[in-house]
Amino acid sequence: MSDEKLDFILRSKEFWNPGKTQDWQDMEVDLVIDRREGYYLFDMDGRRLIDLHLNGGTYNLGHRNPELVEVLKAATARFDMGNHHFPALARTALAEALVKSAPSPKIKYVAYGSGGGEAIDIALKTARHAAQKRKIVSIVKAYHGHTGLAVKTGDERFSKLFLSEDTDGEFVQVPFNDLNAMEDALKKRDVAAVIMETIPATYGFPMPEVGYLPAVKKLCERYDALYIADEVQTGLMRTGELWGCTRYGIEPDIMVTAKGIGGGLYPIGCVLIGEHCAGWLHEDGFGHISTGGGAELGCVVAMKVLEMVQRPQVKATVRTISDFMRAGLEEIMAEYPDFFIGIRQHGLVMGLEFNHEQGAKPVMKHLYRNGVWAIFSTLDPRVLQFKPGLLLSQRDCEEVLRRVEIGIGLARDEVMGSGSRRRTL
Amino acid sequence: MEPEIRTLVEISDSKAALQSHADIVLERARWASSVFQRFDRAKTMEIADAVARVAHGLAGKYADWAVEETGFGVAAHKKLKNELTSVPIVDYYRDQDFINPVVDEAKKIVRIPRPAGVILALTPSTNPIATVNFKVLLALMTRNAIVLSPHPAARAVCVDAVQALAQAAVDAGAPDGCIQVIENPTIPLIEEFMSSTKTSVVLATGGTAMVRSAYSSSNPAIGVGPGNAPVFVDPSADISAAAKRIVDSKSFDNSILCTNESVLITLPDADKNLQQALKKCGAHICDEAETEKLRRYLFHERGFNVASIGRDATWIAAECGFRVPPKTKILVTPIDQIGVEERLSREKLCPVLAYHVANNLKQALAQARAVLRLSGAGHSAAIHTMNEQVAIDYARSVEAYRVVVNAPCSQGAAGFETHLAPTFTIGTGYFGRSSIGENIGPQHLVHWTQMAYNSDAKETFGNYSQINLGFDGPLPEAPSGGLPHPVHGHSAQAPVRSSSFGSIDQKARDELRQLIAEEIRNALKGSL
Repeated sequence: MSDEKLDFILRSKEFWNPGKTQDWQDMEVDLVIDRREGYYLFDMDGRRLIDLHLNGGTYNLGHRNPELVEVLKAATARFDMGNHHFPALARTALAEALVKSAPSPKIKYVAYGSGGGEAIDIALKTARHAAQKRKIVSIVKAYHGHTGLAVKTGDERFSKLFLSEDTDGEFVQVPFNDLNAMEDALKKRDVAAVIMETIPATYGFPMPEVGYLPAVKKLCERYDALYIADEVQTGLMRTGELWGCTRYGIEPDIMVTAKGIGGGLYPIGCVLIGEHCAGWLHEDGFGHISTGGGAELGCVVAMKVLEMVQRPQVKATVRTISDFMRAGLEEIMAEYPDFFIGIRQHGLVMGLEFNHEQGAKPVMKHLYRNGVWAIFSTLDPRVLQFKPGLLLSQRDCEEVLRRVEIGIGLARDEVMGSGSRRRTL
Repeated sequence: MEPEIRTLVEISDSKAALQSHADIVLERARWASSVFQRFDRAKTMEIADAVARVAHGLAGKYADWAVEETGFGVAAHKKLKNELTSVPIVDYYRDQDFINPVVDEAKKIVRIPRPAGVILALTPSTNPIATVNFKVLLALMTRNAIVLSPHPAARAVCVDAVQALAQAAVDAGAPDGCIQVIENPTIPLIEEFMSSTKTSVVLATGGTAMVRSAYSSSNPAIGVGPGNAPVFVDPSADISAAAKRIVDSKSFDNSILCTNESVLITLPDADKNLQQALKKCGAHICDEAETEKLRRYLFHERGFNVASIGRDATWIAAECGFRVPPKTKILVTPIDQIGVEERLSREKLCPVLAYHVANNLKQALAQARAVLRLSGAGHSAAIHTMNEQVAIDYARSVEAYRVVVNAPCSQGAAGFETHLAPTFTIGTGYFGRSSIGENIGPQHLVHWTQMAYNSDAKETFGNYSQINLGFDGPLPEAPSGGLPHPVHGHSAQAPVRSSSFGSIDQKARDELRQLIAEEIRNALKGSL
């Protein structure tokens, strides 16, 4: 590490976040991201990393995508954040574009937050208003954000710390892929909404069982609960369709998109709302106020993101990348069958499973040393989140696989002991 | 179609947007090319055959459409050209292998074909579909991905045709994205495609400006120059046969092929007979006043009058204000000199043929050289003679890489009516500031990795008879968690959807091929 970097890390601890800064040093990941371009990150000491973390799809189209930078720059010649009180050109144009591309014909309106967490809060408030019920059902180890309501739907790790966990029995959590538990939670008909990540991200992308999500939707209909699709990580073409829920035939009542929709340049969160649950927008349109929500610069970027991800070439390339990565990863898995034990995949949403309860952490470390940045799943550290970008080139995919093969081998030796026998192909 | 999204901030003309558009299309092509390299020869040829059959079936539809959209040429002739560039192209190269390694035991060298990768193909307005068919099939036979950029004047027909061929390819099992089209080509957008590092080679057929720009793109380019073929009729020739071939060639698709004869040169001994023979075949020999009218009409300050491209002789005469018999096939304009001062000695993509009588053979050769010095260097020339010495003197003299002998030049130089390689891209070589001097074929889209063993006789050469070449075919479809597998049915195990043609047996296929070959022969004979 350079003296400059060492000095910087000290300052980071002093002025920004001592705990988080130190945690990374403890995990032997001394990354300080400086320059970034496309799917490359450059550490402040100049080392290049291929980014497969992408912050939950925030950088789906790459870092500083030139077309998005151009549209943001051009937008500043006309717009700023805007005045959230008034009808606004960009906010309405984006709403129109989102409604047109929504996964359900019932979706009629879009409300805005300044990011994903706020958007989830808006979605939950909307559901409560529409249903006139308070209870929200979510999945154990779900992750929907850290704001007031969103944090209560997730793991207590993030709420108890701040004495913000649910204490009134309004937030119920059921295990993923367990339809009986879901039905038990719903059958009193006192639930306003079920909120589902189409594929739970922070939990390491466990895949829904065939038929699970449609069955949940059916249960919602049977027991008068609304279905909120959290498409923050599965949306925007990562699964090969614009919205992941469409892949499973789900037409949600409310849908949330964030992260990637801002193109990594201007944060924005969007709540797509069905007419049948949009009551508050008629009754009291000032009901939710957000000065930064739906900032018009963000709306302009988001419209471009929406247009770009839907280009037929992008959709087709996503499929090829996912097939190519799968084939390559299966070869690597065959090489280390005692350690690399599973691939969870739907399109470019991928989780690599390791045969150790913290297995993804050493893999992350060795990938980092070998020029690839991918992060472990916070709520299931056996699983490495593996998220290639929508526009990742053939060359870079090959580079990734080459480096991943080396990194996993080193991690395996660290975890299982280098003495144990490796299978040679 | 890209989704319609109301843009408040328009950036589509910015360099960033154009570059990004080009990159996304080209990267999809790069992916296709990398998957294509997993295909073996049988599968590759199956795809090329399937696409060729579809192209053949659509020849008439696109011929009509091209004439309607561009206003150039004769639909029946375009149909023929579209057919010639479909099944016959694949048949012509059927015995050549661009996929398996070649083992040279004597030299202890193994040559492994390596496809270029991504071909950016620029196509002209004059032969839009024939060029599309031709370049697509060349790409498929060599396992390259291709992105076609149609000439704006023939945009709609080309976009439709490329999409039809792309669908046929995918239906036959080709990798997704191996054939793409730039739907809205503009000059700045094409420049981004040409200069992108994701483009492996630019295959440029069209006007000089476009070809030069391809060569300036910083990428490897195969560009071709304009033609301006001289044709020499030697007194030893069968004059009436020569006249008939020349008239048929000039009237074929109304001279829209760049290989058409531009200036006829003959000697006093043959002059009278030749003029009569030309008249008999449907030529109108213009008088001085008519010639002057044509000279003024065909050439503007800016150059050739594009309104006349591919128009028929009677239409052009009428535009110039004189009448010719309705069956007139070509207009012949006698000229005294060849060179900058005589506009009619330049290239004319219409059925107007300049006619010059030289005093002697030496002068005739000098005049033929002068035609090509004016324009068309490295392109084509023709001669009609029974004298081998004259033939070789002529061929050694003119700066053209193909000299057609006793055959119509339009078709002959392009490999139809001669045994030259059939092509719709004529390499004009160093004379014509191009990298390749022969008719462009699949061999130009592949380079070879040469494995060379130690030449010392004591070192043995390897046995390459039972080698795994990694022909694993399409990538298996990755599972989509939560959905039954496979979802799309494009996995290697899934049966490949076959087109209606794909299911016909070998015998029917041979019959079909026979039928097509005969059709083409008849059509060409009819014009001879």
